[in-house]
Amino acid sequence: MNAYEQIAIGDVHVFGSHSFTADQMKRFAARYDPQYFHLDEAAAKKSYLGGLCASGWHTASVMMGLLVRYFDAREAEARAAGEPVLVSGPSPGFDDLRWANPVFPGDVVTFTARIVGKRTSKSRPGWGLLSMTTTGVKQTGEVVFVVTTHAFVETGDAIVREEAKPRRG
Amino acid sequence: MPKRYFEDFAVGQIFELPDVAVSREDIIEFSRQFDPQIFHLRDETPITEFGGGLIASGWHVCSLFMRLLDDGLLLDSSCAGSPGVEHLKWQHAVRPGDHLTGRTTVMETRAWQDAKLGLVRFHHEIFNQHRERTMMMDNAILFGRRSPA
Repeated sequence: MNAYEQIAIGDVHVFGSHSFTADQMKRFAARYDPQYFHLDEAAAKKSYLGGLCASGWHTASVMMGLLVRYFDAREAEARAAGEPVLVSGPSPGFDDLRWANPVFPGDVVTFTARIVGKRTSKSRPGWGLLSMTTTGVKQTGEVVFVVTTHAFVETGDAIVREEAKPRRG
Repeated sequence: MPKRYFEDFAVGQIFELPDVAVSREDIIEFSRQFDPQIFHLRDETPITEFGGGLIASGWHVCSLFMRLLDDGLLLDSSCAGSPGVEHLKWQHAVRPGDHLTGRTTVMETRAWQDAKLGLVRFHHEIFNQHRERTMMMDNAILFGRRSPA
């Protein structure tokens, strides 16, 4: 079986964990989302969110960082073992992103993905569309983040391209 | 007091957002931290059927859009966060030197479980300097009310 054929609905991938600090939150917010509840502890305490918390896009971006490093490591393992490598393309988007609860300084969020969809692309022969639902859970067990992302992956026999790294959008 | 509360939003309202230039350095800096795939880090990526060359991470485009939405609308409002994004499509790659601007349309306003807040559903769009739409999303945002429901 090639790498695409090996993918099964229900496959689980644990990307890893990230410990969020107030400094990281403020640095991201100053650049991309300067709302007071992402920048100012004292003012944030009086906000609806209850305290300084990460921008939702910060949480999403941290998830992506863990995802990329996880799949890079998996790819290196597969290459080392002489196993087929999945070649992935860009992402057309995502659905049902939920910022279920705020992420506060000191929270450690673990991101885990489950494959929820796999179909061949009608518009792009040789490619399939893979969907996965990734959930971020913090140390208390509370869900903070959920998203279902989609990405193009090659359906054909594994092509090992030295120069072309997989693309995941 | 903020300029806009929940009561100030109405279906069909359109807000034109400010614009931002995207540099090669911005793209690489974001990608190093959050999306270190080769085509978000290097200029000389292979040309594939999906295109080639350095492109911004989709999550970077989301973050840049957020800044436009903050500067154009949310910072002078009673915004109380967002429960999420219903759908998002990345439709056109963002490249170094691109100039992005945004527009958002109010799709729905409705009550929220907390009577101090209301929910506004927006359809956001972000365009490049050629008026190509690079991204669109449907996103709900909570706003404080002037007076409780």
